[in-house]
Amino acid sequence: MAEAKEPNPEFTRKVVEAGGKTVNLCFQCGTCTGSCPSGRQTAFRVRKLVRRAQLGFEEDVLPSDDLWLCTTCFTCYERCPRGVEIVDVIMALRNMAVRKGYMAEPHRKVAELISKTGHLVSLRDEDKALRGRLGLQNTPPTVFSDPKALEQVKKIGEICGFDKLIAGGK
Amino acid sequence: MAKYGFFLGCIMPLRYPGIESSTREVMEALGVELVDMQGASCCPAPGVMRSFDQTYWMSVAARNLVIAQKMGVDVLTICNGCFDTLFEVAHKLNHDPEMRKKVNKILKEAGVDEYQGNVNVRHFVELLYKDVGVEAVRAKAKSGKGMKAAVHYGCHFLKPSNIKKIDDAERPHIFDDIVEAAGVTSVPFKDKGTCCGAGGGVRARTPDVALKMTKENLTNMKAAGAEVIVDCCPFCHLQYDAGQAQLKEFGIPVLHLSQLLGMAFGLDKAKLGLEVHQTKVNL
Repeated sequence: MAEAKEPNPEFTRKVVEAGGKTVNLCFQCGTCTGSCPSGRQTAFRVRKLVRRAQLGFEEDVLPSDDLWLCTTCFTCYERCPRGVEIVDVIMALRNMAVRKGYMAEPHRKVAELISKTGHLVSLRDEDKALRGRLGLQNTPPTVFSDPKALEQVKKIGEICGFDKLIAGGK
Repeated sequence: MAKYGFFLGCIMPLRYPGIESSTREVMEALGVELVDMQGASCCPAPGVMRSFDQTYWMSVAARNLVIAQKMGVDVLTICNGCFDTLFEVAHKLNHDPEMRKKVNKILKEAGVDEYQGNVNVRHFVELLYKDVGVEAVRAKAKSGKGMKAAVHYGCHFLKPSNIKKIDDAERPHIFDDIVEAAGVTSVPFKDKGTCCGAGGGVRARTPDVALKMTKENLTNMKAAGAEVIVDCCPFCHLQYDAGQAQLKEFGIPVLHLSQLLGMAFGLDKAKLGLEVHQTKVNL
């Protein structure tokens, strides 16, 4: 006989506090799963994810790869007949997962790039050359050409503990 | 002349600068003045960066809003991702004094001015439709070539619609109307309005899954006879352009709306920056 897991309302409360405040409104109709473009290609099921969050099954949710298959397209959010702000629930769960140290290597690299340079994409010599040919400033007028502005962005990362977070989580 | 702080973001200025030069020229032609937001950073991206830490995401976005506040302008973006982050953070901070207080404490410690909660954020498609007007676009369009376009709205331009309130999220028309004003036919296709596949950190973490979603959209666009894909977001643009090169099929050229308008307005073709497109543009 399958063993029933005990719900953990404490975890659900944390999800609500982290921004998933509508998670308990879900009545499991599955409109989200039926609308999900990612679920069409994979075994990711939004309805199940929300149910697990409702029941507080932390260990089923936070380490799961499925949590990262949502493209945040908002289709389920738009169509949910109960007004569950599903993307906000997923964001809350992802923030909690990262704090537990669950962060994929490609994501760590992206996070490091913004933390060091203020941008998610690098500035290469060929980009500067093309910008010049198009009549644009070779280096964009962003943090790339403003060290003081970059310092501010880095400082925000320090204050929020973002650098520590991406260095190892926990 | 309406004046806006031009928010550049990352992918446009660094991977598709032709979108930037086209936007600057097209907006000038339509009487919209763009001023640079000196020292702006990544928005930061609403899928991937918000997933890691929402306080950090919101604070970095707020610093970008403060730049516009100092200039006394609202923000204009040509990217759905930048639009989502900046619009959503401005919406939260403009309406929630408690949250603004929390973010301002972080900004102060970082040496950034306080955010007062008055900046509005606009997406250029919405600005073209509502402020500039479809007729003004039609008046400038010289050569539309009459080609068939698959118009890709992307996700974060209209959604979440409860706060953006721009157009019907399921059956929108404003982007199609502008494309048609440029002399191009917007063709209906199956599952139009579906995500390109790249968002939410999916392209970075599981590129194969992202590409499967892209391929399904491309199949539907091709079946409808699309000769060009028109997007309003550099990230969707990248996904369709690089995605087709990876798939080694379809070969449907991808244009950002600014590039399409640049073409229709008779702009010097060299200014469109099409040579960096991985899917060849022969239009």
